[in-house]
Amino acid sequence: MPPINFNDIEVLLPLIILVIWACLLLLVDLFIPKKHKWLTALLAAFGLALTLGFTLSQLGSESNGFCATGKPSICMVVLDGFSVLVNALLLLTGLLGVALAYGYLKRMGIERGEYYTLMLFSISGMMLMAQASDLIIVFLALELLSLPLYVLSAFARSNSDSQEAGLKYFLLGAFSSGFILYGIALVYGATGSTSLSQIFEIASVGTSSLLLTIGAALILVGLGFKVAAVPFHMWTPDVYQGAPTPVTAFMTAGAKIAGFAALLRVFGSAFPNLSEDITPILWALSAATMIVGNLLAIAQTNIKRMLAYSSIAHTGYILMAFVPYGNPEVAPVSIAAGLFYLFAYTITNFGAWGVVIALEQKESKGLQISDYAGLRRKYPVLAGAMTVFMFSLIGFPPTLGMVGKFYLFRAVLSGGYTGLAIIGVVTSLVSAFYYLRVVVNMYMFAGEPKTDNEFWLRFTIAGAALVTVVFSLVPQGLFAWASRAVLKLF
Amino acid sequence: MDWTLWLELVIKALVLIFALLGGFAYLTWYERRLLARFQSRLGPNRAGPFGLLQPIADAVKLIFKEELTPAKAYKLVFFLAPIMTLVPSVIIAAVIPWGPPFQLGDRIVTQSIADINVGVLFLMSIASIAVYGIVLAGWSSNNKYAMLGGLRSAAQMISYELTLGLAFVVAILLGNSMNLTDIVEAQRDGRWFVLVQPVGALILWIATLAEVNRHPFDMPEAEQELTAGYHTEYSGMKFALFFMAEYQKMIVVSAILATLFFGGYLGPWVDRWPLLGPVYMFLKIVILLFIMIWVRATWPRIRYDRLMAFGWKVLLPLALAVVMITAVGILLAEINPWMIWLIPIFSLIAGAFASLMIDRSLRRKAYA
Amino acid sequence: MSPELILFLVLSLVAIAAAIGMLISPNPVYSALFLVINFSTVAVFYLILGAPFIAMAQITIYAGAIMVLFLFVIMLLGAEKLAPGKVLPYQKPLAIGLAIVLMVESVYAVLARNPSDAEIIVPTEAANSIDAMRDLGIMLFSDYLLPFEVTSILLLVAMIGAIVLTKRAKGEQE
Repeated sequence: MPPINFNDIEVLLPLIILVIWACLLLLVDLFIPKKHKWLTALLAAFGLALTLGFTLSQLGSESNGFCATGKPSICMVVLDGFSVLVNALLLLTGLLGVALAYGYLKRMGIERGEYYTLMLFSISGMMLMAQASDLIIVFLALELLSLPLYVLSAFARSNSDSQEAGLKYFLLGAFSSGFILYGIALVYGATGSTSLSQIFEIASVGTSSLLLTIGAALILVGLGFKVAAVPFHMWTPDVYQGAPTPVTAFMTAGAKIAGFAALLRVFGSAFPNLSEDITPILWALSAATMIVGNLLAIAQTNIKRMLAYSSIAHTGYILMAFVPYGNPEVAPVSIAAGLFYLFAYTITNFGAWGVVIALEQKESKGLQISDYAGLRRKYPVLAGAMTVFMFSLIGFPPTLGMVGKFYLFRAVLSGGYTGLAIIGVVTSLVSAFYYLRVVVNMYMFAGEPKTDNEFWLRFTIAGAALVTVVFSLVPQGLFAWASRAVLKLF
Repeated sequence: MDWTLWLELVIKALVLIFALLGGFAYLTWYERRLLARFQSRLGPNRAGPFGLLQPIADAVKLIFKEELTPAKAYKLVFFLAPIMTLVPSVIIAAVIPWGPPFQLGDRIVTQSIADINVGVLFLMSIASIAVYGIVLAGWSSNNKYAMLGGLRSAAQMISYELTLGLAFVVAILLGNSMNLTDIVEAQRDGRWFVLVQPVGALILWIATLAEVNRHPFDMPEAEQELTAGYHTEYSGMKFALFFMAEYQKMIVVSAILATLFFGGYLGPWVDRWPLLGPVYMFLKIVILLFIMIWVRATWPRIRYDRLMAFGWKVLLPLALAVVMITAVGILLAEINPWMIWLIPIFSLIAGAFASLMIDRSLRRKAYA
Repeated sequence: MSPELILFLVLSLVAIAAAIGMLISPNPVYSALFLVINFSTVAVFYLILGAPFIAMAQITIYAGAIMVLFLFVIMLLGAEKLAPGKVLPYQKPLAIGLAIVLMVESVYAVLARNPSDAEIIVPTEAANSIDAMRDLGIMLFSDYLLPFEVTSILLLVAMIGAIVLTKRAKGEQE
């Protein structure tokens, strides 16, 4: 029997804890009666918090895990500052997701314990994605994070919109997995290895091969599907609209973070040599995503659809940070700005979706933007919070969104991509139109909105609003953390 | 490959096929005679001494019967389905070793057609495609009863295939090889795997019963519910092929069970006279077939939903537990060889627990 | 020509014919059966290449398990009796175009590789020996332990997902 390698376990400790916790939760949930499902939610949150604790205890440590026998440089997973930061962000996403889901599931009559189990599994897939250093792991992690999301999208089984969302997401997700898998096959064919570090070494010795470039491009297409970049965004509005709202909130943040983590891992560590070919593609993707996302959002009257398009648009902004990934002088700053923007987007996004959940009624009622009329008069705090989130999504001060965009545009400008920065600014201005329409509805029109009083939901909304404002005044600490985290990558 | 090798292969294949065909014919006689004994009757005893010519009479009758093809059947598949049922039941026997190799002139002759390294996997893969014949027979007849029989068989065989695979894993673990000859050789000196892992052997036996659709698992052809199930529309020689396939499968699964758990061709003096191997195999197969027929004579058919529940909720978890117990036991045996006997003890405890669960569930249903 | 080559050529014709048959046959059951033939021929290719384990796994998993389930679903739904649905008008030309692209790409991938880049792995006696299976197992549980375990979790999740989506709670109406 080969000895157990404790270093391997140490590298993946938070992930292992989370997976075991999820399995146990699945079992424990069987014995929790239907009336007391709050206990399942609490246990899930506790597991996430515990994992967060272990993740933060890894701060500053760097190591490789699950290496090939006799070849310590070829490893399956890696632990570094970047993975710790991304994992912490993902676990935070999970905690917020549980907080938003609990009351909603009860209210909509779809409360079942497996919701939390599936969510934990999805988060473990995302965390694995952030630590992957081998294409096999990238693919498996992608599937592990996607499969629960497909199921969660269709979780409201009696609702045909939710069923449609689940099916659509599943079909297109499987399709995009095919792209990634085929890309991986081509990369393996070109280099003879799936390890990211090996691919880099082999690719940097030989002349650039067309096979490798096609493979990389196919992986980019697949990941583009996952993060909903234009032109691979078609599924997004339907899925985000049809899925139960807390699932949508969780998906927009979690899947995006994981997708970008994978993008960075794969392209940053395996394909920096291909940047000549890939950077223009990324440039075009980012520009198209910003333009299309923002323009289509204008036409929406359903708030879930609008936020879905807004999420596409924000994919474009974050993609902006990846454009100069092959330039070692600009890349660290720009990736750090991207990470900061991801954090800002996560917080703001969860807040905005929280408000949507608060107003949503059974049978998909209360989801029109016009349903927000009169919110200020009846629920001034909620309206205030929503205003903060809308401002943050546009990029108005004093919100996190503004700081994020500031860092982002500065980094892109210093990389010399002036055109992209101009597109970013102009589309932000365009986006003000539809975000402010919500604010106008809330403040200027009369109406009778209905909400339900749920402590954790309100707590999340208030907390998110507070963080959005306060952190925008002192963003330096966080940005410094992000900068430190990505330093080792380049 | 030289021509003598080809010749050897062809001869061995022919011998095996004829043995299986003859075995099929006399298995029907064996079964009918035994069933008659169980039911205090005489059974077929008119054609020849002890009714020994009865199978020939049956064959003649079947050949001269009229063959019907339903007007709305899918003709090609309807024609192919009996063949697709029969062929796997023959080729699965190709990897079974019937005896130790012996010297003939200056060449060593192995007593199996193909002694391949992935023998157990071969068994598994052929078992998994054996379902096609039955499903397609049911479908192509374009008859509701036949269709239901075909679907039932698909569900049943796929469900029990998992258990079958796990039972194979037990034998692989104990034999430390996927090669069937190696597995047999590992059972030398009377250390039959059935002694080390009796529950594993039992699980394999139950799973094979379900795989070959024998009593009490003969759902696909449950007369009371489905007239004759998947072969309702078949008559004449095509029906005979299904009949043949079922009995050949009985023989072959008995041979597999004998190979994996009952010492295969091993027995006294088999090394001195290698041709004793097939004799021992024959004896073991006959005894295992006797048990199968005994079960048929005494047990009623299980209801379909109970059959699936039994497969998924009892047999599969038990098989998993048994695999794990075996694996741990083998590791412990590296420390002290006597620890190997922890395997049967713990397996029997697991088996007893499973029976207890069935008992409880049945009681609850009885009083509900 | 060596016997292996003849076998390969005949089998590749069978495989291609089966694949085309799968595409053009109007009855989904026949399509599924053609696919089974295709899978089986591919399994024999693996055998010729000296990879018996993959060959057997191919038959057991694809031909024996997945396709049976396909057939099961087709028959249960009576899909073979449905009228053919609407076909996208541009689907066929697009598919043919993409297929040509794929073929060119595969040919390029085979021709463009420089043999000195990475040596082509030739099946050896070692792959056929008894140790091959053991080596495979050892690889799975040492170098590829993590993917192996992640796969098992993935399957667990898929199972939970399927049950969550289909199982009715007691008294639940659809």
